[in-house]
Amino acid sequence: MPGTDPLLLDEISLLLVWTAVAIYVLAFIAYAIDLARRSDLALKAKDEVVARELVTAGGGGVITTGGGSSASTPSAKPRYLWARLGTVLTALGFVFHLVATVLRGVAAERVPWSNMYEFALTGLLLIIAVYLAVLTKFDLRFLGALMTGLAVLLLGGATLAFHVEVVPLADPLKSVWLVVHVFVASLATALFALAFGLSVVQLIQTRRERKLAEAPVDAAPSRSFLRTVPNADALESLAYRFAIVGFIFWTFTLIAGSIWANDAWGRFWGFDTKEVWTFVIWVLYAGYIHARATRGWRGTRSAWLSIIGFTAVLFNFTIVNVFFKGLHAYSGLTT
Amino acid sequence: MTDPLRPSDHADSAPSAGAAASDDITQPQLGVVGWLRWGWRQLTSMRTALVLLLLLAIAAVPGSLVPQRSADPNGVTQYFTDNPDLAPVLDKLSLFDVYTSPWFSAIYLLLFISLIGCVLPRTKHHWKALRSQPPRTPARLSRLDDHRTREIAVEGDADAAGAAAVETAAAQLRKSGYRVARYDGRGTFSVSAERGYLRETGNLLFHGALVGVLIAVGVGGGFTYTGQRVLVEGQAFANSLLDYSSFNPGRFVNGDTLTPYSMTLDRFDVTYVPPGQPGSGQAGNFVAHVTTQAPGSDPQDGEVRVNHPLDVQGDRVYLLGNGYAPTVTIRDAQGNEVFHDSVAFLPQDANMTSLGVIKVADGLPQQLGLLGFFYPTMDVLDTGALTSTYGALEYPTLTLRVYEGDLGIDDGTPRSVYTLDPSGMTQIAGGDSGNPAIQLMPGQTEDLPNGLGTITFENEAPAGAVGYEGSVKRFASLSIHRDLAGPWVLGFALLALFGLLAALFVPRRRMWVKASPQNGTVLIEYAGLARGEDPTLAAAVDQLADKHGATLPAPPSQSHPDTGKVD
Ligand code: HEM
Repeated sequence: MPGTDPLLLDEISLLLVWTAVAIYVLAFIAYAIDLARRSDLALKAKDEVVARELVTAGGGGVITTGGGSSASTPSAKPRYLWARLGTVLTALGFVFHLVATVLRGVAAERVPWSNMYEFALTGLLLIIAVYLAVLTKFDLRFLGALMTGLAVLLLGGATLAFHVEVVPLADPLKSVWLVVHVFVASLATALFALAFGLSVVQLIQTRRERKLAEAPVDAAPSRSFLRTVPNADALESLAYRFAIVGFIFWTFTLIAGSIWANDAWGRFWGFDTKEVWTFVIWVLYAGYIHARATRGWRGTRSAWLSIIGFTAVLFNFTIVNVFFKGLHAYSGLTT
Repeated sequence: MTDPLRPSDHADSAPSAGAAASDDITQPQLGVVGWLRWGWRQLTSMRTALVLLLLLAIAAVPGSLVPQRSADPNGVTQYFTDNPDLAPVLDKLSLFDVYTSPWFSAIYLLLFISLIGCVLPRTKHHWKALRSQPPRTPARLSRLDDHRTREIAVEGDADAAGAAAVETAAAQLRKSGYRVARYDGRGTFSVSAERGYLRETGNLLFHGALVGVLIAVGVGGGFTYTGQRVLVEGQAFANSLLDYSSFNPGRFVNGDTLTPYSMTLDRFDVTYVPPGQPGSGQAGNFVAHVTTQAPGSDPQDGEVRVNHPLDVQGDRVYLLGNGYAPTVTIRDAQGNEVFHDSVAFLPQDANMTSLGVIKVADGLPQQLGLLGFFYPTMDVLDTGALTSTYGALEYPTLTLRVYEGDLGIDDGTPRSVYTLDPSGMTQIAGGDSGNPAIQLMPGQTEDLPNGLGTITFENEAPAGAVGYEGSVKRFASLSIHRDLAGPWVLGFALLALFGLLAALFVPRRRMWVKASPQNGTVLIEYAGLARGEDPTLAAAVDQLADKHGATLPAPPSQSHPDTGKVD
């Protein structure tokens, strides 16, 4: 956009980012209220269909498209108004977030992913995009609080701590592989995040199911949003489905990164910090996939691996960016 | 039995199989062979693979916490200085060479042995499975989760109609990629179909390709070399061992038979973001313009840029670094030239404050060592110290401290050209020497102390140049690689990726269509069974039932709903 002041554009972009963060906060609150209210809704629904509830204690086995979860019969499907509000707000925040990211790119006249702030901006944009896209197929709104919480913390944190003026791309970052590599890595991260959320809920659900199995039949029903989410088995296989797609993307990230490293540094693999962690994460998820196929490891143990894997991803997300800051110094090409 | 072969502790294999296996191997009279077999089975079990994978992940982590010799040798040196007590201990544990350490190697070698031990029998099994028939149709399809029925009315021969319906189903299944077999008998007709062998093929391909990656890295590395060379603008270099400043050959590289060619650095370009703009002073668009020539062919122009190495005769040339190389002339008291060279100064900061060493070994009463700082845009700090405020040549200034005495190079001890060891020398300019440091701008000449002679900072700018642009030559530090492993590693990595896609997304399932003729009607059953994760099975059975149903005559007047599930 010739003639437009990049500083001004960036300022507008920043304003939009904060707006997006604020909307995400509201979305988070809506989702949190939803979780708190779900148990009541489910209990009411239960009163209407007591008989069936006994069979499906622990939630339904299937996750349906749109609408509420299948914990109760379709006729009594509770309508999660707060969750719906949360999703609408998330989508609204996403729009602001998207425009902010595009403006940042326009201001910089390049893809907006070359420093910590921009990585957070683009990465979280993709994470929210994947979450919203997945919602059209699976009702995962019980993960909404996690996803928006993640967005608020990371985007807000990165903007506070790392916002920098637009500067030209450093030479080592001028590569199509930057575009591919970062894009695919963010997609993988988004899928791992969903798998992580599902695994966490799976663990809690497992505990609840165990308690339920031990509890006397006439015990008072527990008040928990868990009764509105799928059972642990269903959560596990869904987590697995997200994780394997994430794993494929991560494998691709690894390959694309090596090709880029080979162009930039003359070696495709050198075990530097960022490479080590990318590798560790890959191996952890390979372990997770194996665990799912190993007797005695399916269930709780493999869920823990998914959680550990995503913790490593988050760790790497920061390490990667710190590392790229190192690359900026490198761009002065000092030997 | 055409299920893929799995280690006995695989989640899908019946627990009893594993228990039985461990029962007969704990019997003491098994002897050596028995124990070996037991050990092998342990090593190739899913649990071992899993534990080794997790160990590998954990073992890789320390390499990101402690500097590694391979990636950051200076970091290791620094670590030894900072932690003199801890460092030797860590060194004993190979923590500065994690990825070549015995313990790390042990883990991945065991993992790969386990992998091969697991994959080989599975490959053999799969090879056989690929040419076997789909299994018999189960007697009671209605027991399967995904089961649909349809009843059709027939006039005439119900058997013939049933057989025809099954034949149609077989054709349809075959067309959608299933392997099919007909199993007729006891008054029923059926087709058994199976698809998704590609899933196991993909899995084997993935694991096999990982072995490929490992071998390519290990063997290919032996044929790989990297060499470094600093070229000042105007300088040329020949691709031979002698002309490299450092050279790291793989085990099988013969340094005497490098591909012959020469390369000249014609010009090095860099742009700086001008002051007052965001990112001001940031350098970018580094380009080394070179001319390369192979014997017997014409010279060729080329460019080496960051991210864009230059291919020369199968070698790749990378731009590692760049900087200024002030040209200095030193004359003795009689005015005879004793030194004339462009000396590469190493940049110390983003504004190209650069440090360099000039050594004059002959021609003066004693050897001379000069320690120089070069500032492309010199400015004076409040403290009086000099600094550079911009990377381009706006106000280029060279300052030099001069030492006289023994450079310590005559006894053959290798010395870096970038460092000066002043022990055994006397400082005669700068510091406490009593004489001020020498300070020059391009084109200026100063006297050396003690009447030793003169020193000139040559102005290299072409005639008619504006300001100081081009007054000081630049150098490029190039890294030249031949990498035979790379393409193989990439090839295997891509194979692994494709294998993974097939292994994770090709559904493996069995389908059956069975026709049971009864008087006047034929009951047609459709059923499917997933092998492994297959979230789309139910939809696939529906689809089959619909597609096949469309080819059938109408149901008898009072009938079941079309694709109703039978409880
Ligand atoms: C470098 C080490 C290894 C890595 C990175 C690795 C990775 C993977 C991955 C990503 C999968 C999922 C893809 C698929 O289902 O085909 C998988 C599956 C599998 N791996 Fe490995 N693996 C390794 C070593 C081993 C070893 C040593 C064994 C033998 C014990 C093994 C046996 C299997 C089996 C049986 C499956 C199929 C699991 C299923 O039924 O879903 N793998 N592996």
